[in-house]
Amino acid sequence: MKKSGLKAWLYLLPSLIFLGFFMVYPLVDVLVYSLEEGYNSASQTFSGVGLYNYAYVLRDPYFLQAVKNTFILVIITVPVSTGLALLISLGLSSIGKLRELFRTIYFLPYVTNTLAVGLVFMILFKKTPYTDGMVNMLIGLFGGKSVDFIEGPYWAKMFVLCFYTVWIVLPFKILILTSALASVNKDYYSAARVDGASGFRIFARITVPMISPMLFYLIITGFIGAFKAYSDSVALFGTNLNAAGMNTIVGYIYDMLYGDSGGYPSYASAAALILFAIVFTITVINLFISRKKVNA
Amino acid sequence: MNVILMGLTKHFPSKNKRSKEVVVAVDDLSFEIPDGQLVGLLGPSGCGKTTTLNLISGLEKPTAGSIFFGKDDVTTVPPEMRGVGLVFQNYALYPHMTVLQNILFPLENLKGDKKLSKEEMLKRAHDAADLVQITELLERKPAELSGGQQQRAAIARALVKMPKILLLDEPLSNLDARLRLQTREELRRIQRETGITTVFVTHDQEEAMSISDMIVVMKDGSLNQKGRPQEVYDDPVNLFVAKFLGNPPINVFRGEVRNEKLFIGQEAVMDAPLYPNGPVTVGIRPEGFVPNDGGRFTCGLVGVEVMGRDTSVVCSHPEFEGASIRAIVSSENNVDASKKTVVFDLKPNKVFLFDVDTGRRLRPGRGSR
Ligand SMILES: Nc1ncnc2c1ncn2[C@@H]1O[C@H](COP(=O)(O)OP(=O)(O)OP(=O)(O)O)[C@@H](O)[C@H]1O
Ligand SMILES: [Mg+2]
Repeated sequence: MKKSGLKAWLYLLPSLIFLGFFMVYPLVDVLVYSLEEGYNSASQTFSGVGLYNYAYVLRDPYFLQAVKNTFILVIITVPVSTGLALLISLGLSSIGKLRELFRTIYFLPYVTNTLAVGLVFMILFKKTPYTDGMVNMLIGLFGGKSVDFIEGPYWAKMFVLCFYTVWIVLPFKILILTSALASVNKDYYSAARVDGASGFRIFARITVPMISPMLFYLIITGFIGAFKAYSDSVALFGTNLNAAGMNTIVGYIYDMLYGDSGGYPSYASAAALILFAIVFTITVINLFISRKKVNA
Repeated sequence: MNVILMGLTKHFPSKNKRSKEVVVAVDDLSFEIPDGQLVGLLGPSGCGKTTTLNLISGLEKPTAGSIFFGKDDVTTVPPEMRGVGLVFQNYALYPHMTVLQNILFPLENLKGDKKLSKEEMLKRAHDAADLVQITELLERKPAELSGGQQQRAAIARALVKMPKILLLDEPLSNLDARLRLQTREELRRIQRETGITTVFVTHDQEEAMSISDMIVVMKDGSLNQKGRPQEVYDDPVNLFVAKFLGNPPINVFRGEVRNEKLFIGQEAVMDAPLYPNGPVTVGIRPEGFVPNDGGRFTCGLVGVEVMGRDTSVVCSHPEFEGASIRAIVSSENNVDASKKTVVFDLKPNKVFLFDVDTGRRLRPGRGSR
């Protein structure tokens, strides 16, 4: 017993060393940075130890804006993208002909570069001196007033960001869910029909529980991914996100390190640890719920 | 409620997309299942038994023909409205629900004036569980049950809504020999107690013969013969049915009718009054042999196996089609195992003559060729 335990640790050793070096050490380092007050990166000196960096970050309006943006993004895009992916996957698995074609089409955004997709969204939404963008043309067609989605009101920019995020994450979710649906034995559906269940009841009582492990996997990774969003915002609104009011937490951290107003690794570290705490809490809650609900 | 199938036909599109050919799974099937009876649907693998059940339950739509439940034409009624109970070949218990939740599921789906209160549902579920004797297992998940317990849970789920028709697709195929024997008796008991019209699919003829009120023998999607098990056994319409029923199987010889006598090889083994002359295929049930030193049918003796009440005599004959002849004789008839040959008389009602080409049963007096 004891011997085999030793053996197991021995096998795990390389990956433990790797993890320790590239994950635990940096994390500790970040923690240390975040506690050093008045750190000067040029002279590598600091004036004291304490929680001042956290206090500063938590009072910084740019950070608060970034937190608000991130939370809105998470709360809207995770349910919408997962629900939409589920609907599309159900549709895909119920059509016979052309299924492969549709699957490929839905998968295309996944293999397309984020910035290239951003460019397409610009064409769709951006107002220029020559055109109002395709979406505004459509709005105009139905008699609405044109909106500047890229440099206009906050809700319009948020809408585009959410739309874009959903669009980017959808293919992966569809891929996972179509294969999850395909792996459900058809006999369960037949049995449920003979048992007199309507289409919706079959969906709610059979289909969803059967694929619930995959659904929860997508929700958890979706939360984590959305909390760490950054490049999507850059692709749409450029690098000066604070000015645009569309910064995210990761964007804020980046700006604190390398941005035009950057050079503050202590503030960046404090913000990073706050993000870590948020993601950690949410993931623990998610796992806790899934323990109770998911039928593995 | 009786079930009537009329000219039921089901074609599946061929797997090979380019060919226009179709798979004929069920071919012009017509028979009636009388009210309250247990019918065994019997046939070799791939003969269309499952498809027939799926047609009755509504999971498949027939290509042609119609299905009546009593006086109602249900051909186009979807499965959720037919109200049949179906036990799948692999049980298909919902793995994420407990046994109790599985049994409750059909009740929770009832709508309109059939809707039940929570207490009624629980009472009905417990009654169904009592009937199949799984009351102690209600809180378990299907994965925590043995094969036999799963089967009973599946039967309880099918019975709980009190269907007028119960369909079972090879429900015993996953059980070991002893459990199988036990469960089939139980199935019979439950069917008797509830009086539900039941169709029971199996490819095990013994199973079908032992518990069915009526058996339906299918081959290649079409009906070959139907009737009470003993009737079909005693009076098969063709060689296929004769071979399919009975264990040990019927012994098949090449023979010929000459001047109202049946010849196997050079011996006139039996009188065959009113049969036309010509070559025939002869089927002799194992119990049709009576050892008699003054008899007319001589076979080579291979071995004698005493099995308590009966003795199995293994013989050989040049005109026999197959490996070895098996005759079951009463132990009182002493067969001397040291001899090279054994001589039999044949019981005329255990000997069937068939057309050599079509396998159709030949009957005296009727010129069927
Ligand atoms: N969905 C389908 N598509 C195409 N062919 C099918 C389909 N279902 C059944 N068949 C064909 O129809 C025929 C009858 O099949 P069926 O499942 O009814 O046989 P069975 O008598 O139940 O056999 P078994 O004893 O092996 O279960 C087979 O030749 C089978 O290949
Ligand atoms: Mg079958």
